[in-house]
Amino acid sequence: MQLDFSSDLSNVVKIIDTLKHKKGALLPILHQIQREIGYIPLKTIDTIAKKLQQTPAEIHGVISFYHQFRTSQPGEHKIQICRAEACQSRGSRDLEQHAKSHLAIDYRGTTTDKKFSLDSVYCLGNCATGPNVRINDELFGRVSNEKFDRLVSSFETQTKGR
Amino acid sequence: MSIKVFIPRESTALSLGAHHVALAVSDYSSQHKVDLNLIRNGSRGMFWLEPMVEVETSKGRFAYGPVDVSDVASIMEDITTNLLSTHTQEHRLALGLTEELAYLKKQTRLTFARAGITDPLSLNDYLALDGFSGLHKALAATSQEIVTTVVDSGLRGRGGAAFPTGIKWQTVHDAPSDKKYIVCNADEGDSGTFADRLVMECDPFMLIEGMIIAGLAVGSDEGYIYLRSEYPVADEILQEAIAIATKEGYLGNNICGSGRTFNLEVRLGAEAYICGEETSLLESMEGKRGVVRFKPPLPAIEGFFGKPTVVNNVLSLSAIPYILSQGGQAYQQYGANRSRGTLPFQLAGNVKQGGLIELPFGSTLQSLLNDFSGGTQSERPIRAIQVGGPLGAYLPISKFDISLDYEEFTKASAVLGHGGIVIFDDTVDMLEQARFSMEFCVDESCGKCTPCRIGSTRGVEVIDRIKEDDSRAENMILLSDLCETMINGSLCAMGSMTPIPVISAYKDFPEDFHLPSNNAVLEETNHG
Repeated sequence: MQLDFSSDLSNVVKIIDTLKHKKGALLPILHQIQREIGYIPLKTIDTIAKKLQQTPAEIHGVISFYHQFRTSQPGEHKIQICRAEACQSRGSRDLEQHAKSHLAIDYRGTTTDKKFSLDSVYCLGNCATGPNVRINDELFGRVSNEKFDRLVSSFETQTKGR
Repeated sequence: MSIKVFIPRESTALSLGAHHVALAVSDYSSQHKVDLNLIRNGSRGMFWLEPMVEVETSKGRFAYGPVDVSDVASIMEDITTNLLSTHTQEHRLALGLTEELAYLKKQTRLTFARAGITDPLSLNDYLALDGFSGLHKALAATSQEIVTTVVDSGLRGRGGAAFPTGIKWQTVHDAPSDKKYIVCNADEGDSGTFADRLVMECDPFMLIEGMIIAGLAVGSDEGYIYLRSEYPVADEILQEAIAIATKEGYLGNNICGSGRTFNLEVRLGAEAYICGEETSLLESMEGKRGVVRFKPPLPAIEGFFGKPTVVNNVLSLSAIPYILSQGGQAYQQYGANRSRGTLPFQLAGNVKQGGLIELPFGSTLQSLLNDFSGGTQSERPIRAIQVGGPLGAYLPISKFDISLDYEEFTKASAVLGHGGIVIFDDTVDMLEQARFSMEFCVDESCGKCTPCRIGSTRGVEVIDRIKEDDSRAENMILLSDLCETMINGSLCAMGSMTPIPVISAYKDFPEDFHLPSNNAVLEETNHG
């Protein structure tokens, strides 16, 4: 996942050239950059702007608007806890507290060993079997505190998220 | 003879271990030399039974659930030794014939007729159950005839705003332009809703068919599905379904040999609730911040990149194939008041038997609870139900006799919305829920207008002061004034509807705000 900056930039140029013909190409481009690099390095903003004939401020504005886009390196595995109402009614407020103390980080934080990032999310569409947790692209339902701990240890031994 | 077994590949089933169950069934079969034909189907939407394993028998499909990996060997034994030979079963997880389950039998499934029955990516399954028959009717009709059929059906937008779909289509149909677009709003962000996801994961060809018909109706050759990125499984299935439909000539430059064109692409959102608002969605699709636009102009006149655009919810577009196939009247005969057809309700939250319940408009919330819910998961009494997502009112028990249709909900200052029903037991703290509504608006406001952007932050602060008993009476007045400002001063539903759950919380659950039920403050406030 950790790439040096020059390879980031050449990857980014390739991504932009592949996608820029699309109508409203910026979101598909940002998604692809984040998929490949794990985040959107701030230093790529000038390149994106130049290639799309927009200002860096516009690109930055779009990145900062959407919760999903991030400009710093996340942990190997991205954990998201749903904090919307349906999960609340099934105990997600407790799970949030437990997860934060178990990982010793707050939302938008990354563990010191860089294994996990923790974020909240509003609704994963699994509202009859909450509390719900998404780890990378996998969804887990009826997550008790104990199940959360089990999931964390099973991902701890896996090397790389998607 | 091979044994045909069905195990869902739908998100809820997967989140409860369906993939591991499928692997275990495969392993068992190869170890015990069982000739297995494993189908990964969609879900029937009975989520407390997931992962549900079904077996084809001469009498129909037989179900087991909820199945854990540790149950697989005994179930497979039951299937091979009892069920398929003597039509008896002895397993504790045996549920009987799927079609005979009361939860399904009590429903009227028009849109969800195929969900859980078919392999979502089998075009043959789709065609065998009436798939694309609406499209063939549409190809034989004029564009105006298609629009008129949709007008006659009485279909109203299922995303929440309930605007008549046919009227919207007529506007786009009548707008002169060299280019028009069909945009499917699949940014299903309301907590307690999953019907859109189920359509996309269980019956994606139906949505594709609905969008092609919309294109034929208004004269558009290009469509987009704006899908929330929280739904990776739906994304994967939709992409595959679009590739299959293109390969088989349902999409592309010569739809079914008609010479007509329709191309379709999935676009991903990026975790922004506001992008479910149609103008914010269009901004996002154009590669911008999802900031709400002023209306007019309506998207039907100036939408995606300024061109006339149909923006419809997944469920609206998914109702179209049935309407074209069976006629507007067939759909229109269901329902109550001016709410015609069926609504797929989604029973969620603290509930024993949560799932997808498609019913004609007009039954009551209480009867839906009686017929389907099985009570709360926690086995404690129900105290409040939030209907219609995070912008919907919390209903107290005294209002459960409300009729489930748009008109009755509007009268009650409540929201039917996208049909999400979230149950809370008696441990819920309604002041905390009201605070959360404001907090959600802080996080998700696009920031365009002040009452929403700043009002929500002030809302959290005022509720915190009420919680701490800091000048409670004065702060209650402030909160009700703030709600009024947000309702009247916001551009879109985000700011103007955030107060709905807040007001319902302090009016119908005043004890959680430490207010007497006949409090003078409440009597003076609006929207009673």
